[in-house]
Amino acid sequence: MKNGYPIQAEGLVKTYGKVRALDGLDLQVEQGTLLALLGPNGAGKTTAVRIFTTLLKPDSGRATVAGYDVTREPDRIKSHIGLAGQSVAIDEYLTGLENLEMIGQLYHLSARDAKRRAFELVAQFDLIDAAGRVAKTYSGGMRRRLDLAASLVAIPPVLFLDEPTTGLDPRSRRQTWEVISALVVQGTTILLTTQYLEEADELANRIAVVDAGRVIAEGTSDELKNRVGGNRIEVAVAKDADLSRAAEVVRRHLSTDVSIDPHQRRVSGPSRDGTSQLAGLVRDFDAAGIAITDLQLHRPSLDDVFLTLTGHQAEQEKAAEPGWGRARRAS
Amino acid sequence: MAVARTSVTPGTRYRPVTGRPAIVWALLDAMLLARRSVLRTWREPQLIVFVAIQPVMFVVLFRYVFGGAIQVPGGQYVNYLMPGIFVQTVAFGGVITAIGLAEDMQRGLIDRFRSLPMSSSAVVTGRTVADLVRNLFTVVIMLAVGFLVGFRPGGTIFEFVLAILVLMGISFAFSWISAFIGLLVHTVEAAQSGGFIWLFPLTFASSAFVPVATMPSWLRGFAEHNPITVLADSLRGLFHVNPALTTADTRWALIQSVGWIVAILAVFVPLSVMQYRRSTAR
Repeated sequence: MKNGYPIQAEGLVKTYGKVRALDGLDLQVEQGTLLALLGPNGAGKTTAVRIFTTLLKPDSGRATVAGYDVTREPDRIKSHIGLAGQSVAIDEYLTGLENLEMIGQLYHLSARDAKRRAFELVAQFDLIDAAGRVAKTYSGGMRRRLDLAASLVAIPPVLFLDEPTTGLDPRSRRQTWEVISALVVQGTTILLTTQYLEEADELANRIAVVDAGRVIAEGTSDELKNRVGGNRIEVAVAKDADLSRAAEVVRRHLSTDVSIDPHQRRVSGPSRDGTSQLAGLVRDFDAAGIAITDLQLHRPSLDDVFLTLTGHQAEQEKAAEPGWGRARRAS
Repeated sequence: MAVARTSVTPGTRYRPVTGRPAIVWALLDAMLLARRSVLRTWREPQLIVFVAIQPVMFVVLFRYVFGGAIQVPGGQYVNYLMPGIFVQTVAFGGVITAIGLAEDMQRGLIDRFRSLPMSSSAVVTGRTVADLVRNLFTVVIMLAVGFLVGFRPGGTIFEFVLAILVLMGISFAFSWISAFIGLLVHTVEAAQSGGFIWLFPLTFASSAFVPVATMPSWLRGFAEHNPITVLADSLRGLFHVNPALTTADTRWALIQSVGWIVAILAVFVPLSVMQYRRSTAR
C-alpha cells in the first residue's frame, strides 16, 4: 500500500439520468480508523461505496483506495479491499465453509490456504456448528455474519461495509459491532455507511454526514454534537401550578433562553457547567417547595445534529424499525 | 463471539498465488464457479425436475399425443422427433444461465465477485459451462428415454460423437445469449420470461417437431435457416434417422450449424463479458 490516506475522494460526481447521486463528494479516511458515512436513504452512500470498490465509475472527480486510482488501477485495488454490501451476498446452496473457501480461491489463495482461512473464519464468527450446512438454512443473523466473514477472507487492509447491520436483531447487531471494533483495533481502515445515528456514535472515529450526494459536516461525534450547541438541562414538575415558578428558577440558574412545554410540564435551558448547575437547581426547587418528577442533563444526540444540519430527519425508515432506530440517549 | 482472539496484521499471513498467466486464472476461476452452479443443481430438487423431467414430458407429449397426427417423409415420427427434442432441450436448458445470473445480481453476489481480484469473464463462463454439464446429463437421460419409446439411431460411433459435440456446441452458444439476457434484466422474474420468450418462435418455427415443407412460404424462409433447424437436420443426418436427407444435405446442415455456433459465440461472449463489467445490483 502506498502512502497517504487509504481511502480518499475529491469532488466525486455520479449522475443517474437527472438524479445526481453524488454531487461533489470529498472524503478522507485515516489509516487504521473507521469513518462512518451517515445519511438517509438516497443520500449517495451506496454509490460512494460502489465507486471506491471499483463497481462504478464516477462521472468526474478523483478517488483513491490503498493509494491506487479507482478508474486507472481498479485491479490493484481489488486485492486490497473487502466489501460487505447491503444485501447478504452469499450462495444459498453452498455450505458456510464452501462459501468462504470459494471466496478465498477467488482471491487466488491456494486451495489449502483458502480452506484454512475458511475454518478460521467460521470459528471466529461463531458458525462452527453450522459450517457444514447449506446457507439456505441459516438465520438472518448467521447470514449476515457469514457475509461479513466473506469480506474478511483476504484479511484486507481496507474494508467497505455498506449498512452492515440493517435488518439485524439487537443481539446480532451488537455482535457485529464487536467484530467491527476488533477489526479497527487490529489496524483495518474501514468505511462504514449507516443510517443509524447510534451505530455511527458507537463505532466511528470520525463521522461524515452526507445528504444529497455531498458531505455536509465532518468530525468526531463530539465535535458534531458541539456544533449543535452545548448541554441542556431539562426538568419536569409534578403540578401544573408549579410550572411558571419552576421556569423562574431555571431562568435564574441557566439563562433567560428557556423553553417551556406545558403539556409535558417540562422546562429546559442551555447549561454551561453541566453537573454543578444540577445541584444548585435541586436545592432551589426544594427550598421553593416545587415537586419535580424528572431532572436530566442532555448532551445533544446525533439526531439533533442531523436535524440541525439538514433540516430534515435522518431516518426515513424509522417506522419500519421500531425500538432501536433512533435510540436517543441522555447522558 | 470471540473475535479479538486471533490477532492478525492485515494482509500478512495469507499470500495469493502469483505468477500464473491471466488465461490460466480465467479458466481456474471459471471452473470454480461452474462447480458451484453444478452443485446447486444437485442440491435443489426443483432444478433436477427442470433439467431431467420436463424434457421427458416433451418426448411423451410429441411422441404419443401429437405424433400420431404428424406425417414425416419416409420414416417413423419418433426418429424424426428425437433430434429436434435434443436441440430444443439444450436451448431451453440455457435459460438457467439467465436465471442464475439475474439471481446473483439481485442477491448482490455479482457486486461481491466484481470487487474480488478474479477474472472478469469467470462468472459468466462458469454459468455457461455449468449449463453444458447439465445439458450433457439431460441428453444422456433423453437418449435413454428415446430408446425406450422407439428411437433407433444408426451410423457410426464417430458420427454419434460428432452429433453430441455439435449439440453441446449449440448448447454453449445459446447459454451465452441467455447470459447476456440475464445480465441485462436484473431480476429473476424478468430473466425467466426474457430467457424463454425468444426461444418459442425459434424452436416452433423450425424443423424440430414438423417438416418445414408444410409451412407457408414466408415462414419457411425463416424456418429453413433457423439454427434449431440446421442443428436438428445435422443430428438427423448423423444419426441416419431421416432417409430424406442425403449426405450432401447433412454436410451442408453441419456447416451451417458450426457457422451459427461460431457466430453466436463471437457476438455474445464479448457482449456478455462487457455487460458483466458494467453490472451492479440496484
